Amino acid sequence: MSTTTLPPTEKTQPVSAPDATTSDRAKSERKLGWLLAGPALAVMLLVTAYPIAQAVYDSLFDFRLTDPDNRSFTGLSNYGVILSDWLWWRSLLVTGFITLVTVAVELVLGFALAMVMAKALSTIRPVLRAAILIPYAVITVVSAFAWQFAFDIQTGFVNSWFGWVPGIGEDTDWFGGTWTSLLVICLAEIWKTTPFISLLLLAGLAQVPEVLQEAAKVDGASWWQRMRKVTLPNMKAAIMVALLFRTLDAFRVFDSIFIMTGGANATESVSFLAYRQTISRLEIGLGSAVSVLLFLAVVFIAMSFIKGFKVDLSQSRGEG
Amino acid sequence: MSTKEKTWWGVAGVAIVLYALFPIAWIVSLSFKAPSALNNGNFLPGAPTWENYSLILTGGASDLFLPALRNSFGICLIATAISCLLAMFAAYAIARLDFPGKKFILGTALAVAIFPVISIVTPLFNLWRNIGLYDTWPGLIIPYLSLTLPISIWTMSAFFREIPWEMEQAAQVDGATTWQAFRKVIVPLAAPGVFTTAIIAFFIAWNDFVYGISLTSTEQARPVPAALGLFSGASQFEDPTGAIAAAAVIVTIPVIVLVLLFQRRIVAGLTNGAVKG
Repeated sequence: MSTTTLPPTEKTQPVSAPDATTSDRAKSERKLGWLLAGPALAVMLLVTAYPIAQAVYDSLFDFRLTDPDNRSFTGLSNYGVILSDWLWWRSLLVTGFITLVTVAVELVLGFALAMVMAKALSTIRPVLRAAILIPYAVITVVSAFAWQFAFDIQTGFVNSWFGWVPGIGEDTDWFGGTWTSLLVICLAEIWKTTPFISLLLLAGLAQVPEVLQEAAKVDGASWWQRMRKVTLPNMKAAIMVALLFRTLDAFRVFDSIFIMTGGANATESVSFLAYRQTISRLEIGLGSAVSVLLFLAVVFIAMSFIKGFKVDLSQSRGEG
Repeated sequence: MSTKEKTWWGVAGVAIVLYALFPIAWIVSLSFKAPSALNNGNFLPGAPTWENYSLILTGGASDLFLPALRNSFGICLIATAISCLLAMFAAYAIARLDFPGKKFILGTALAVAIFPVISIVTPLFNLWRNIGLYDTWPGLIIPYLSLTLPISIWTMSAFFREIPWEMEQAAQVDGATTWQAFRKVIVPLAAPGVFTTAIIAFFIAWNDFVYGISLTSTEQARPVPAALGLFSGASQFEDPTGAIAAAAVIVTIPVIVLVLLFQRRIVAGLTNGAVKG
């Protein structure tokens, strides 16, 4: 692991100049800083802040592209329509379900993978690292197709391989029902994104001081005790960062659902609902309102993580 | 470690490799199945055939797949290049200079990174139609920056913080300006970090589906994932499964090559950017 865990030291601080020139130097440094970082900041704001502002504005109108002349201001009524519609709450439940299941499984599985990689002999570690990066790098759409075809009643091998499991037979139609569809969607998501979590956790494991482990061992602590009292508390920051990122990522789930079910059998996620309203039905007003609600949900999750679990991103990311 | 323990960790290692490769092996196997073997319920193709590959590369589906492949490569490479260039300057300023707003820039990058893509698509869909960017390369490159730029800034700042900056000071003592010191001393030192960042940014752009499917309508700009998602066979009577599998294998080859060549760097880039305590 080439991850450096040293805290920022003096060398990352600006060169200290003689007192007399400090303010001049600081001034030019500040100017150069904005000159260099300004364009990146401007582009980021342009591609996100502007669209979301536009979405907020559009969401206040009754506006469909099939009938652009009859655009009229309706205030918050789009939000009223959505929030009183079962479709919205169902997609929120589906999204929440997928998020909870995948993140919980990924955390446990990712931790196991990280443990194995940490213990692996240095000769096979590159092999494991390369293998685990493959799901991460594979396109989500490709992964979704692989899992869909595997479970598909026509092309799949799952039914014939697992025919001995009660409830699975040649004619098990995985994509015929809500729960079985969601199960396959979750499996595909878990396969694809566990590597990311496990790599973050592996970096976290590397930060647990070896001295503490040894000391606990000498004191006769069992494996489980060491895990609970030494390892986990020391990698809290890594776990929280991994959790936060994966939760927000899972909450945006779209690709797998589009490929596998197209939202059929009540498997529609919030992102999919927004897509269908805007792109398929050309209901710009309603679609924008769904987008804004999704955005607020993501902000809410991020805030509760940062405030509730006290995830200090600036600290865990080595920002001074 | 005892031999027994070693064996167990070895078994666990094999399990990891199987876990990672199994779905890939399946889609590869599927891509070699003849149409008649598609529904036989077997994992392996039995009698492998190149039929699916010739269908998408030279046959009936090639006019759908090849333009998409060209679009994907072009759009992703340009988006990666632009975000790496912008991130390079920003990360230098963040890692090296003392100026107010550093935290604001990193915070913005973080906020953009967790932004739900679909919330950007909705307004862009309408705007792009009005100003003629719908179904064009720039129409995808611009929103792709929202995916690639934040991670580029984070990853590159993390790499840049590890550069021995004393060398820059030495250059400045020798009379170089800040700009010269940056260009002549720091750029060569920073190149590996920039390169790794570019790979990660490329992965993310290559993976995009939402923008691709929402902001394009023809093979003019439609990237591969979107083309795959909409692909329904050369004729309505043809099962597209084999062709999709073959196309999926082809778009997976570049990322696998990158992973095999640069796995150590990619892991360092991913974890440096995210967890650095």
